[in-house]
This record gives sequence, structure tokens and C-alpha cells, in this order.
Amino acid sequence: MTEPLLSATDLHLSFGTTTALAGASVTVQPGEVLALLGPSGSGTSTLLHCLAGILRPDAGEVRFCGTRIDDQGDEARSRLRASSFGFVFQFGSLVPELSAVENVALPLRLAGVKRRPAEDRARVWLDRLDVAGVGGKRPGQMSGGQGQRVAVARALVGNPRVVFADEPTGALDTLNGDLVMEELLGAAREQGASVVVVTHEARVAAYADREVVLRDGRLTADAVVA
Amino acid sequence: MSFPQTLLGLLESAPRHGYDLKREYDARFGQQRPVKSAQVYSTLSRLHRDGAVTVVGVERVDGPDRTTYALTADGVTHLERWLAEPEEATPYLQSAVYTKVVLALLSGRPAAHILDTQRTAHLTVMRTLTERKRSADLPTTLACDFSLFHLEADLRWLEHTAARLDRLAKELS
Repeated sequence: MTEPLLSATDLHLSFGTTTALAGASVTVQPGEVLALLGPSGSGTSTLLHCLAGILRPDAGEVRFCGTRIDDQGDEARSRLRASSFGFVFQFGSLVPELSAVENVALPLRLAGVKRRPAEDRARVWLDRLDVAGVGGKRPGQMSGGQGQRVAVARALVGNPRVVFADEPTGALDTLNGDLVMEELLGAAREQGASVVVVTHEARVAAYADREVVLRDGRLTADAVVA
Repeated sequence: MSFPQTLLGLLESAPRHGYDLKREYDARFGQQRPVKSAQVYSTLSRLHRDGAVTVVGVERVDGPDRTTYALTADGVTHLERWLAEPEEATPYLQSAVYTKVVLALLSGRPAAHILDTQRTAHLTVMRTLTERKRSADLPTTLACDFSLFHLEADLRWLEHTAARLDRLAKELS
């Protein structure tokens, strides 16, 4: 067994009197696609946010490439997210004032890449995801499916080690949902990136190599499929 | 089919004769399709022959003899093995899984495990179908989608039921 790329051990996290995580542990191997499956309120999004260094657990630890990240400060975790992680959310994650090309180029621009090469790379990704035609449009001028493919391009443009996707198909019909999952996972696998996807839909979870099921902040199953 | 195992599950709480078993089966699982008495008696005979049940009494009350059957240790083993195994993940299996959940709750066994095991079995098949779609032509893709949507509907029922197990246990008791 190779060392996990990402691991969470015995995470606990409460928001006021509401317990979101109650001892959740999970590992993600390099190149693995893992689904966090569970109904609303089961703790799946909270676990994803802890794995991605967005939230810090009350107890337990999160490690990336063997290094503990949950005890790092906001700035260090922010740098880690920018350099190593990509994100796709259900909706509303694109900047409404920017075009598709500018949205996809944004992570590169924030990392210090000049405008022209950043936008050139963005266009390659938009073409790859079959949405080159909306490159000049703003999010409000695109369909939901196009917007999510632009979001996938933005998540992958910086060659992340892990892509975190929180209900990436939640606002799409099944046909567009299938297309987004196929393109997200196809591109991620080609780059060797791991993917952690939160979903309550079994059809989306079936794209993953493995699923863990959460209920009330705890894991109920951890199925490994060869 | 799961009818013999269902009879074993109904016999676990106390010995009964065939007529009692038919009445309880119809009340719990056969509202739409009551079981025929002949099927109950022939199934009990086979279970007796196979050692899963034993005869503990014969009584006559204004009519034919009534044979009372009880579960044997082999019968309990057989029942537990059946409860622990997931059903083959095919569409329309709700009633088989529902039967297992009810019998588990009636006997104080952990029903959540039945749902978890079934979810894993379903997702394994769904993963295979999804993988097959990756390099498939459209007719094959749509055939896979047909199965995927039906399996997903089963899984939605599993999650729906998993969230209501405590209440179901109370209402069954």
C-alpha cells in the first residue's frame, strides 16, 4: 500500500451545538477518485472542507503528502490550496464580472503568471472541455452545463494534485451532469490528479474508484473496488 | 426466491403452524399477493426435510391436524446467512430487501447493516456499468443508463429507509 496523498484521522468538528463530524477518518491515494456519499447534513461537505484545508477540525488531523496541514495558519493553508488543489462547487463559483477565459486564467494570474500566457493556457483548457465558444462570455451568459465545464477548466488549469468537487452536478440535468463528470475525471486522470467528490447521487458516486458513506458525521461504509 | 427464508424469519420468535404463518406473511408482506396455503405447506415440508425446522406438536381442533413447526439451529444459521448476503443488484429488488429489513428489526438484529451491504453491492454494479459507458457506442450507453437509473432508484429507497429505521422499528414492535 502506497502512502496516502491525503488523509484525515478521527476528525471532529462542531458548529455551535451542531455536530458536523464525529470521528471521521479517510484516506486518498495518488490518482484515486474518492466519492464522499451521504444525505444533506451528513457531514460530507464539512469533511471535504477539512481535507482541503478550508476548515480546521476541532480535533483530529489532516495530512497532505505526509505533512500535517490542519495546524497550519490561514496563510500557509491558502498557499497550499492555490498551489496544489483545485475546486469545483455546485454553482456560483465563477466570478460573474470576468469572462470564461479570465475565470479559467485566474488561478494562474494569482500565482504570478503573466496575462497573455495565463489566458493562452486557459483557452487550451476551454477547448479541451469543448467550451471554447464561450471564452468571451461571462457566467450569466452561459448555460449551467457550460458554466460547470468552465469551472472544471479553472480547477485543472494549475495542474493540481487534488481536485475537490462539492456536488459538481447538483444543479445540472442528468445528461449535462454525466458530461461534466466524464470531463472532470478524464482530465484529472490524464494529469494524475486525485479527485474527492461530494455527492448525494449514486450515479455520480459510481464514477469514483471508491466511496465512503457518511451519516451523522461518521463513516458507515468504506468500499474498496479493484 | 426468498419465501423459505421468510418463513424461517417468521418462525424465529415462536413455533407456529402453517395457517398462522400464512396469516402473518400475508399481513406483513403479501397485501398485494397473498401466498397460497399449498405453497406454505410444501415449503414447510422441504424445510423440515432439510433440517431447518422441526415438528414440535400436532393438534386437531375441529378439522384437519395442525402441525406446529419450530426453527432449528441449522435453520437459524441458514436465516442469518441469508440476512447477511446482499441480494443480486438487479432492478425491482425492493421487496426482497424490505423483507430482510423487517425481519431483522422484528428479531432485534441491526437492520442498518443490511442496507449498507446492499448499497455496496449496488454501487459495485453501478461502477461497472459506468466504466462500460466510457468507451461504448450510444446504444450500449443508453442500455447501461437504463440499468443505472433503476439501480439509483433502489438506492434512493435504501437511503430513505436508512434514515427511518428507528421509527420503523417502533412501528413494527
